[in-house]
Amino acid sequence: MSISSLVALVGNPNAGKSALFNALTGARQKLGNYPGVTVERKMGRLPLDDGQVIDIVDLPGTYSLAPNSPDEEVTRNVILGRQPGERLPDALVIVVDAANLDNHLRFALELIALGLPTVVALNMVDLATRDGLELDAVRLAADLGVPVVPTVAVRKRGLDHLRAEVSRLLPSAAVPIRARPQEQDFAALQREAQRIARRAIVSESPSRRLTGAIDKVALHPVLGLALLLGLLFVMFQAVFSWSEVPLALVEGALAAVEDGVAAALPDSVLRDFLVQGIIAGVGAVIVFLPQILILFFFILMLEGTGYMTRAAFLMDGIMARVGLSGRAFIPLLSSFACAVPGIMATRTIADPKDRLTTILIAPLMTCSARLPVYTLIIGAFIPARTVGWGIGLQGLVLFLLYVAGIVGAFVAALALRRSVTKGGGGGFLMELPKYQMPFVRDIALGLWQRAVIFLKRAGSIIFVTTVILWVLLSYPKPPEGSGYSPIKYSAAGRIAGLIEPVLEPIGFNDEIAIALIPAIAAREVAVAALATAYSIEDAGGDEAKVEQSLSDRLSGRWSLPTALAFLAWFVFAPQCISTIAVTRRETNGWKWPTFMIVYLTVTAYIAAGATFWTATALGL
Amino acid sequence: MRLDKLPQGRPAYVDRIDWTRMSPSEGQRLREFGVCEGASIELLHRGGLFGGGAVAARVGRMTIAMRAGHASAIEVSTEAAASAVRGTSVQASSQAPSPDSALTA
Ligand SMILES: Nc1nc2c(ncn2[C@@H]2O[C@H](COP(=O)(O)OP(=O)(O)OP(=O)(O)O)[C@@H](O)[C@H]2O)c(=O)[nH]1
Ligand SMILES: [Mg+2]
Repeated sequence: MSISSLVALVGNPNAGKSALFNALTGARQKLGNYPGVTVERKMGRLPLDDGQVIDIVDLPGTYSLAPNSPDEEVTRNVILGRQPGERLPDALVIVVDAANLDNHLRFALELIALGLPTVVALNMVDLATRDGLELDAVRLAADLGVPVVPTVAVRKRGLDHLRAEVSRLLPSAAVPIRARPQEQDFAALQREAQRIARRAIVSESPSRRLTGAIDKVALHPVLGLALLLGLLFVMFQAVFSWSEVPLALVEGALAAVEDGVAAALPDSVLRDFLVQGIIAGVGAVIVFLPQILILFFFILMLEGTGYMTRAAFLMDGIMARVGLSGRAFIPLLSSFACAVPGIMATRTIADPKDRLTTILIAPLMTCSARLPVYTLIIGAFIPARTVGWGIGLQGLVLFLLYVAGIVGAFVAALALRRSVTKGGGGGFLMELPKYQMPFVRDIALGLWQRAVIFLKRAGSIIFVTTVILWVLLSYPKPPEGSGYSPIKYSAAGRIAGLIEPVLEPIGFNDEIAIALIPAIAAREVAVAALATAYSIEDAGGDEAKVEQSLSDRLSGRWSLPTALAFLAWFVFAPQCISTIAVTRRETNGWKWPTFMIVYLTVTAYIAAGATFWTATALGL
Repeated sequence: MRLDKLPQGRPAYVDRIDWTRMSPSEGQRLREFGVCEGASIELLHRGGLFGGGAVAARVGRMTIAMRAGHASAIEVSTEAAASAVRGTSVQASSQAPSPDSALTA
């Protein structure tokens, strides 16, 4: 059989292409109620009713075939067959937002003029109805000259009809793309689009202006900023206060497993390995699952409601001051989840210098992998009391750490824009989508995905690094009765001894030195490493010590200045391997990742040192 | 009147846009949003506690955000004034031959 046909989903940003792609293929592409969610093309398989299975590709949204940023370039290249090694699509599914036809039809007309077999998915008809807009799809199809299928991607409505239209289009032998009509006058297309849109409207009743009403507050210079800060504040309070019950459950389960293993196995290397390496090490990371999910719940809500673009709007003033576009705030907010998708999302930034600066500061935003480190140290050293008005001190400190990252990012941007990434400078032009209440199913699915990713990480990279570390920490063993500390005597202890002189001035001890190196693989490993090290150290001791939790072990050993310096280090901590890899890929070379590692390491060192000495001087 | 000076919530029409006050790609994006001579426009929100902030405007059925600097490059006239000058509808002006050479450039 010949290669299967290829259909491309194309249209304006935020029209619902990825939602449609997911509904058609069962894939789980990321959705979000803001423009620029998809930045790469993504292939999927679409079974049609006539038995054939075709390829379908989800593309980044764009406003026209003249690209403005790297993500839009991908779309142009795929549609015009300029993507190296990619075949031309055999047909297009143009996705348009029913509530915004005037605008979306202009691009649709531009695409239809290419002459490929085409069907238009008139998506989001539910939102159009909410806005009191009734449309005539038949009329629209007649005016456009291509079939039009009303759909509601998120509710899987209209899919059968859409699939049927696609299979009807396909048998037609591949039509060569017509030379792009250069004289396709932009203004003329626009007028045509408006005319067709107006004729497609059956009735229009004045509607509740939900979005406008919310924006009166959300975009207000004072109230809006207060709301943004308030949201972030609640988010970090919740990470602590909502997680108490689930955290206790997970911890209880782990303790039970540990007891079970200890009881079932004789004293042996295997038992040590399981108890100290796996349960103490990997387990110490897994207990943070509830907190990570709470964080992601907030991020998913911000992304799904449409608030992301409002945050970008509010921050534009400050972003302009540090030489960035407000647009850059969206990738930065995404970096709260992980810097890797955050850095990928910078593809939506038009100006190359703007984009590079954003990539370089993205690792300063506290990613979810740093959350276990922060919460562990905060849990061990910051008392769980309130500071009035029901505000928890621990949540407050966590909030301040995030703020420190954001402020650090702004300062870094300011410095970078005046030195290595001078010149250029983007404005801020962005569409503000209508608010939507995210579907419970989407949020639940998103959380489930995050839980799976997190547990997979714990089971793979964190597990492997912890195992290696356990071996290096356990051997060689000090001779019986020599009085050497088993940690100091071990291979890991000796390696750490080499870098310890550099770290000592900023208040770091041996165990921290041991934790920092494997933390480059994944930051959570810092927690696993500390847990394993102290678990080995206490193994020979009395019963009470063996039973101690990691945070008790830490608070008994570290001084407060050391703990604070450790936190300060992690605010700026040089990134994990994946961040470095994605930076290399997005900047096409080693120059910028190297620069990033150096500047962040130096900053982290200075910040940790300053924190340590200030805290010491204050007598903490 | 410039868009950034337009009172909030008063519908207006775009008279003229000074494309030279923005980069070509910004001009293109603005046109792609539907901001062109004759388009109906309304200033919805002003941000910018810290100066230089953004404004949000309605164009057609879309809400867009732009910097005050760009908004000041957009010359608008309010509904009453516009209809006095050029009849009542957008179409009247949009049917005018080649609104601006920059559009097709
Ligand atoms: N109510 C409603 N919401 C929809 C529909 N289709 C998509 N959405 C929502 O609209 C938002 C945008 O959908 P996406 O699928 O991410 O849009 P996209 O076209 O892929 O956007 P980009 O990747 O940014 O180009 C998401 O929040 C979806 O949940 C629909 O038919 N009805
Ligand atoms: Mg998408």
